[in-house]
Amino acid sequence: MRRRKTVFVDSDILVIGGGMSGCGATYESRYWGRDLKIVCVEKANIERSGAVAQGLYAINCYMGMQWDENKPEDHVRYARNDLMGLVREDLGYDIARHVDSTVHKFEEWGLPIMRDPKTGRYQREGKWQIMIHGESYKPIVAEAARKAATEVYNRIMVTHLLMDSKRPNRVAGAVGFNVRNGNFYVFRAKAVIVAAGGASHIFKPRAVGEGMGRTWYAPWSSASAYALPILVGAKMTQMENRIVLTRFKDGYGPVGAYFLHLKTYTQNAYGQDYEAFWRDSIEQLVGDYVNHHPVPTCLRNHALLEELKAGRGPIRMVTKEAFQDPHKETVGWENFLGMTIGQAVVWASQNIDPKEINPELTTSEPYVMGSHATCSGAWASGPEDYAPSEYQWGYNRMMTVEGLFGAGDTIGGTAHKFSSGSFTEGRIAAKAAVKYIMHGPGKDRPEVNEAEYEELKKAVYKPLENYQIGSNEIVAGTVSPSYILPIHGLQRLEKIMDEYVGGISAHYTTNEPLLTRGLELLTMLKEDLAHVGAENLHQLQRAWELQHRVLASECVTQHTLFRQETRWPGYYYRADHPKLDDQDWHCFTLSQYDAYSGKWKMEKAPVYHIVD
Amino acid sequence: MPTFVYMTSCDGCGHCVDICPSDIMHIDTKYRRAYNIEPNFCWECYSCVKACPQNAIDCRGYADFAPLGHSVRVLREDEKGSISWRIKFRDGREKNFVSPIRTTPWGSIKSPADYDRPSADAFNSQELAHEPEALKIDVLPALKPDQLKQGLL
Repeated sequence: MRRRKTVFVDSDILVIGGGMSGCGATYESRYWGRDLKIVCVEKANIERSGAVAQGLYAINCYMGMQWDENKPEDHVRYARNDLMGLVREDLGYDIARHVDSTVHKFEEWGLPIMRDPKTGRYQREGKWQIMIHGESYKPIVAEAARKAATEVYNRIMVTHLLMDSKRPNRVAGAVGFNVRNGNFYVFRAKAVIVAAGGASHIFKPRAVGEGMGRTWYAPWSSASAYALPILVGAKMTQMENRIVLTRFKDGYGPVGAYFLHLKTYTQNAYGQDYEAFWRDSIEQLVGDYVNHHPVPTCLRNHALLEELKAGRGPIRMVTKEAFQDPHKETVGWENFLGMTIGQAVVWASQNIDPKEINPELTTSEPYVMGSHATCSGAWASGPEDYAPSEYQWGYNRMMTVEGLFGAGDTIGGTAHKFSSGSFTEGRIAAKAAVKYIMHGPGKDRPEVNEAEYEELKKAVYKPLENYQIGSNEIVAGTVSPSYILPIHGLQRLEKIMDEYVGGISAHYTTNEPLLTRGLELLTMLKEDLAHVGAENLHQLQRAWELQHRVLASECVTQHTLFRQETRWPGYYYRADHPKLDDQDWHCFTLSQYDAYSGKWKMEKAPVYHIVD
Repeated sequence: MPTFVYMTSCDGCGHCVDICPSDIMHIDTKYRRAYNIEPNFCWECYSCVKACPQNAIDCRGYADFAPLGHSVRVLREDEKGSISWRIKFRDGREKNFVSPIRTTPWGSIKSPADYDRPSADAFNSQELAHEPEALKIDVLPALKPDQLKQGLL
């Protein structure tokens, strides 16, 4: 095989992923660590990477403390209710108390934030949301990060973290490869901040042809946020808490502005309000949680799904009234053009003008992420000034691996942080990482074992070798007895997760026997990943994205098996434990993976609430 | 709608290759022009369309669910700080929209290193960069440890 050059990059802080949280981490690292070397590594180009690549039309996490609109504890209560009682309230409060300074900086940097002409305040879309013209949201934030970083490395796919050979359980850097020239990169750092993306494409999407890329969450969110920490034994939390989105059909265009600002509403095929109809039966499943305002996202999904099962679909968004107002019509369209252009294309192609037709809604396949109405991710240490001792073992946002920090989709328990909260969490993690390096045990440079990265180097390029050798065995085409292509592995993963772990074709339903069988099939898929064949460097990136997705999926399945209740009906159902069970399961689920044995250790962790 | 590239407009400059978040815009080795190598991994994010200096890239709705005959065209003018859209329906109706994209000159953001160095005290506080001023309130809020209690509410 061709020899690949190894490039060494030494830094003080390594930020993996240059999306919203990675840019926040990079910016804040420089503010506190003036003389430090700060490196940000991104698999695409930070100018347009991560979930905000396309832009956004709203910032969904802003307190408005300057106008006394909300207090941080109000946001904690909101996120807690939406997630059926289980969030890390210490971490959520921490984001909420800082997020306004982030948003004010965004405005100073040039992000157009709409103002209410009467009050002069930011234009509210809802209690927590403000409206923006965010087409260039990501380029603006990326500019701030580029100004702050010592170096930004684009087009490098990070595959593994490296561990210190001297001090046990301490991170030492990461390895990856350049998708353009194939060079192998060894990043050595005193502290690492994982700010990578959550997971799309672990469950089968509704469109499986050319349209499979039009998922709600970006197709490049390939679960690196989870796989990287899982592989080095960091504890994960709430990985069963996948999210299902109710969105406009086929394009997955956002509904937030429609509900909150345009005051559109849903009805069944016969013009009836169905949510009230299902309220009593939901109360029997989950108790008082259905009476909270706003009604938790999963429960609203549940009502929609029950209505569809009862045969009264399609569910429609009633837009015809609101869209008679030209201002509202403009907002409705610009909302898509700013963040989900594909929905505008779907409507244009199908002649759907919401002024004349009430468009259909549908539910997406499940995604695993940590920043929306869901909170999967790594188990992290809380803020020093008030976090309970069980939530505090090191620096703020440090995982259970020393020197390994996280933000955004990576950190679990902190729902509803969205773009602004993810950037803010990156800032929180970065300040802690600088303190760890400058004034704490992170002062010493960790030692990286040559044998360790040389072995990883072999593993990283193995799919190219598999393809080169295996393709000589066959005349042409994609069918080989020796290897599978990344797309083959991805489609097998999506099918397993869909059928056994609660995807769309199973109506989001699973049980212990299904999960157990799913794990057997995932184990075989994991074994087959040693035989993935990649034709070129682009396919090598796909091969490693697949590796990350499969490991995260195994973690999701283990967590789903462990939690013996249905905590979030509308996200998924454990048919063998159909009710919410606060007696036994008002707790976080934690997992820890042992890469040597391939075994998972599960445990419960307590939930602390802010009490008044 | 996966993107595609018009043969007669593309000059092979590679801006789309540089920007695509999904790494699916590549240069065809025979024609020396860009094309979408993996339409089923296209998110329709329009990053490449907006970045193309020749306006050579367009989208055609995903074949799975988008009937032909539509178009959504965009012109992003970063110097003007605006973006313009033209939506054409299958039946020929049109809608046009223009939005601002930025209120400050490109490149004008100050590096965090250009602010005064934080004091030793600041390291030990819970304040982040530019706080409390940037919060626009006097004091960063905080909880007391005894405000968090274990168990059911």
